[in-house]
Amino acid sequence: MKRLFPYPVLAAALLILWLVLQQSIGLGQILLGGAVAIVVSLAAAAVLPGRVRFRRLFSLLQLVVVAGIDIIRSNIAVLLILINPRAEPSAGFIKMELKLTNQFGLAVLACLLTATPGSAWLEYDGERNTVLIHVLDLIDKDEWIATVRHRYERLLLEIFE
Amino acid sequence: MIDELPLWLAILVSVCVVVGAGLTMAGCLGLVRFPDFYRRIHAPTMGTSMGGGLILLASAIFFSVTQQRLVVHELVIFLFVTVTTPVTLMLLARATLFRDRIEEARDGSADKDK
Amino acid sequence: MSQMILDWSLFAAQLMLGVGMLATLYRMVRGPRAQDRILALDALYVVGLLLLVTLGIRTGSTIYFELAMLIGLLGFVGTVALAKFLMRGEVIE
Repeated sequence: MKRLFPYPVLAAALLILWLVLQQSIGLGQILLGGAVAIVVSLAAAAVLPGRVRFRRLFSLLQLVVVAGIDIIRSNIAVLLILINPRAEPSAGFIKMELKLTNQFGLAVLACLLTATPGSAWLEYDGERNTVLIHVLDLIDKDEWIATVRHRYERLLLEIFE
Repeated sequence: MIDELPLWLAILVSVCVVVGAGLTMAGCLGLVRFPDFYRRIHAPTMGTSMGGGLILLASAIFFSVTQQRLVVHELVIFLFVTVTTPVTLMLLARATLFRDRIEEARDGSADKDK
Repeated sequence: MSQMILDWSLFAAQLMLGVGMLATLYRMVRGPRAQDRILALDALYVVGLLLLVTLGIRTGSTIYFELAMLIGLLGFVGTVALAKFLMRGEVIE
């Protein structure tokens, strides 16, 4: 069982994805989707760098809510910059140190920061554990670093480490 | 299928679609308006985060009501787009940093922040 | 009545998405550098995907989803390959 399902959550997610794409829950589709899920999760086992372990599901939920709110807020902020023809956003780079070292946590943080309009993750230095972020409307560097630390990194540390 | 569209559905779907399309258009115009690459990289994420999300949400609501069953195709597209766009943008940004550093090393004008 | 509201708002949305596509095309043609063009191409893919979704609402058929998925997949793979090429000069190392 363990050899067939190295990643049970991944396999279940793949099966659900298959059923959603096929728009049916017939027995044939479940069998076919199950076969696909097993093959793909076995293939993924060869590629993934390690197991993902979610420590606290509540923190995960909290992260989803925080990220959703921030995406809506920064969409509005960037929109306001765009429709104001005289606004010249003072863009800048931030180099900050992270406590987070888990690879999946870093991946989630990178996707969150880049998916939010107004901030983009550029480069990660694994040796010094620093990350280069570009911010569209940079006013206060320290405030930005504090925001990333308190809003995202704290939750990610709780979830992944 | 149902014959007559309820008014609330039409209004809800219309608002979502128009706002989403507006945000996406604003993002694309940002590509034209911003002066350098690093600033332009922030523009298209408006289309992929909230703009696209609203249009896909409108589509999910519309088909769920008209076909009288849950249609969640759009969720797959939304997850896919929101996960893949940051990946491509990060790769592009890293490629740009790499090219900029080569050029700066050649010109001798190093920007310390990069 | 409600059909008319829906038709007009979809028309407006498609018009806006069309304007967005023109904007990305402008950036793709003007450049000035390769990464700007690739960024614009990636945005063009996403706007095209969303245009197909609005087309699906207009015609009331779910067949456009498959097309939208396909565009999303191809856009992702294409942009990643191009970005890799910019960085290393080759796509597969």
